[in-house]
Amino acid sequence: MLLETYDRGNFCDEMHDEAGAVRPHYARVAEHLRHLDEAEHKRKQTAVDLAFMRGGVTFTVYNDDQGTERIFPFDLVPRVIPDSEWQTIEKGLIQRITALNLFLHDIYHEQKILKDRVIPPHYILGAKHFRREFMGFNVPKDIYVHICGTDLIRDRQGNYLVLEDNLRCPSGASYMLENRAALKRAFPDLYRSARVHPVDNYAADLRKVLQYVSPPSLSTSQPNVVLMTPGVFNSAYFEHSFLARQMGIPIVEGRDLVVRDARVYMRTTSGLVPVDVIYRRIDDDFLDPTVFRPDSLLGVPGLVHAYRSGNVSLANSIGTGVADDKVVYYFVPRIIKYYLGEDPILPNVGTFLASEPEDRVFIMENLEKLVVKSANEAGGYGMLMGPWATKGEIEAFREQIRANPRNFIAQHPISLSRHPTWCQGEAGGAFEGRHVDLRPYILYGEKVTVTPGGLTRVALKKGSLVVNSSQGGGSKDTWVLHGDS
Amino acid sequence: MSETILPLPTAQKPINDRRDSQVMLSRVANSLYWMSRYIERSENVARLLDVNLQLMLDFADLNDQQLKEHWLPILCSAGDEETFFRFYERANSESVTEFLTFREENPNSIISCLFTARENARQVRDQISLEMFETLNECYLFLKSRNAREVWQGGAHEFYGQIKRYSHLFQGLTGSTFTRNEGYEFINLGKFLERADKTTRILDIKYHILLPSVADVGGAVDAAQWQAILRSASALEAYRRFHVEDILPRKVAEFLIFSTTFPRSIRSCMEHLDNDLHRLSGREKREYRSAEERAFGKLLSDLNFLTIDDILAEGLHEFLQKVQTTLDRLDDHIYQEYMYHPPVDIQAEILLHQQQMQQQQ
Repeated sequence: MLLETYDRGNFCDEMHDEAGAVRPHYARVAEHLRHLDEAEHKRKQTAVDLAFMRGGVTFTVYNDDQGTERIFPFDLVPRVIPDSEWQTIEKGLIQRITALNLFLHDIYHEQKILKDRVIPPHYILGAKHFRREFMGFNVPKDIYVHICGTDLIRDRQGNYLVLEDNLRCPSGASYMLENRAALKRAFPDLYRSARVHPVDNYAADLRKVLQYVSPPSLSTSQPNVVLMTPGVFNSAYFEHSFLARQMGIPIVEGRDLVVRDARVYMRTTSGLVPVDVIYRRIDDDFLDPTVFRPDSLLGVPGLVHAYRSGNVSLANSIGTGVADDKVVYYFVPRIIKYYLGEDPILPNVGTFLASEPEDRVFIMENLEKLVVKSANEAGGYGMLMGPWATKGEIEAFREQIRANPRNFIAQHPISLSRHPTWCQGEAGGAFEGRHVDLRPYILYGEKVTVTPGGLTRVALKKGSLVVNSSQGGGSKDTWVLHGDS
Repeated sequence: MSETILPLPTAQKPINDRRDSQVMLSRVANSLYWMSRYIERSENVARLLDVNLQLMLDFADLNDQQLKEHWLPILCSAGDEETFFRFYERANSESVTEFLTFREENPNSIISCLFTARENARQVRDQISLEMFETLNECYLFLKSRNAREVWQGGAHEFYGQIKRYSHLFQGLTGSTFTRNEGYEFINLGKFLERADKTTRILDIKYHILLPSVADVGGAVDAAQWQAILRSASALEAYRRFHVEDILPRKVAEFLIFSTTFPRSIRSCMEHLDNDLHRLSGREKREYRSAEERAFGKLLSDLNFLTIDDILAEGLHEFLQKVQTTLDRLDDHIYQEYMYHPPVDIQAEILLHQQQMQQQQ
């Protein structure tokens, strides 16, 4: 009865087709909602919120000296993906990460793709995250990106498009797991009847990946694997400790590690103990003050030396950021074609490069219609949403683009698909359409595995297209069904 | 050309080539230890305040000086007098309880203790059980909410009862959900060291109270105060079952120092500490690895041979101070042995590794 007044609007709606009928794969969820009243729904929502708060499933709000912790808002209605749709997504993601990995190997070795002029070399060689000092360096098993979180969106016609690749330290996997646990507690009967692929293997799969890429020189089959965090004040600290706990590995900070004779050790109650593999949740720039930012207090002096000497493995490898640069994103379809000889299964969003003269003219003439993004920012920052921006904001971006065209791309705004989401107003609650995206997690070890589902992020503010947690986003559990209904 | 002398990186502890899952970061050991100590401390402060607030109900018409005489020793046993007088002019029921309960500037107030304990728990969130973390986190959320002060104003007894229950629940959950590994020893060391120390301080309060008004010794006031001492150590019922007689100062002191069966007596706590120390060091019983451990072992064996009369002859206050000093040194020894690593001089490290990298290229 709560869905009766739902307005799907002029968007692709995940739950309803164009005629307003419930899509077959949402039949069970819709049926469940029909029998639920408002008080019951609110009670479940409160219970879930409280459980997150009590369990410390929170992120720290920056710029707040109270050390305020918030829960990442969680909407109880799951996003459902039918099996056949998921198969395509999975194939597309595997294709994409395979190609990007070959690309990273190539540009840190022969650079054939540049010599063949598939990508103009200056885009790569001048990229902010290109690590020249790692030219010719071999990473264990030739795997560069071990953990990838790729953001997918759907356009008005319901096509899945890749919005961006996160190849450095993608976050959010813990919420995928916690959301699932919460939903199973809230709606056990619905969950059981829906026949959903489990996501619980993520942590075990991740641990296997980390063990698989241990240094080849290591004689033991039991490498010492650790997770490295910037510390308890990092906004994602909950995720770090959660994943470490799930994998049963120590969580370390830079101050717990020391390098001697190109080997990494951790400082334990029984002296210095060797470390073989580091799942690092710290960006390249902060890893080692010897090589990168000398003012970094988070890193470990000598870590890069140990890495280069092959005595410790890092996941992800250093220098992967060059491949999730938004300018390089433009070339990913060509990268897939070049290395695999295939057309991309999951297309990009149509993109213009400000540094290409023709594109730039188009961008400058159409700023009020386009979304402009700076090449290296994440988290929804450094962005111009043309149709919603003020004249002043548009002119400010025009100046920035003129000054540094390499740093900008532009895209047609995509009206992301919407999903019924519980919205609590002053007078009461109702389901309203809110825009969503999808971040599946891809693990690359002995083979490539994609955890079925991922994190569905939802822009909770009415009309907003920004799903980032730092900017008013929430999340949903994501169900991949065993069948199509 | 003169040769520049580069600073040398600090020597580190020896390398131990083990790769089992039981290794424990020194930082983790330190956090577990302090998490546990601070929870035990908060419980003791809560009990002390609860008991003394109730005690004051029987002495309604005390003047400022008498109030100060009563509260100052309590203040000294649970906090720092100097910090107190930075915030308050007079030591009375309101100011002392406020200071020891809610003052965040007082590192030993209940709220500071539990915030610090929770912060330590967050540091080792991957080590402790979900149940332990949830309990401590619930306590933190309670103290952070407005509700906490309202409960306190509505009835201090309820409030301190709640604080004690959090501690009891946490310690119970530690027993029933925490793996018996090295971390468990650090949690126990923190708990028993704090408990032993607090018992000495609770007993020492009486020593302070006794002095200014010797005339009252043995009177009604005195009995009530000795009873309060026992209740401050959760020992009143245990004492009664053990002695089945009036509360005699000498017997109370004896009970809180020597009892082998009451889990908050100094001797009981030290027995636990002794076991934990040996499990950690892997040494045989009665084998001690440092001067601090030996001093501790000597004190423990003193407790096996001395009587309360020996201690009273030596001076109760002096004896209690000796216990405190020995425990302080033991705390320092645990830190040095298991938690401390030589600091890393970042600049020297950077130079060293830059040199090594150049040699390799």
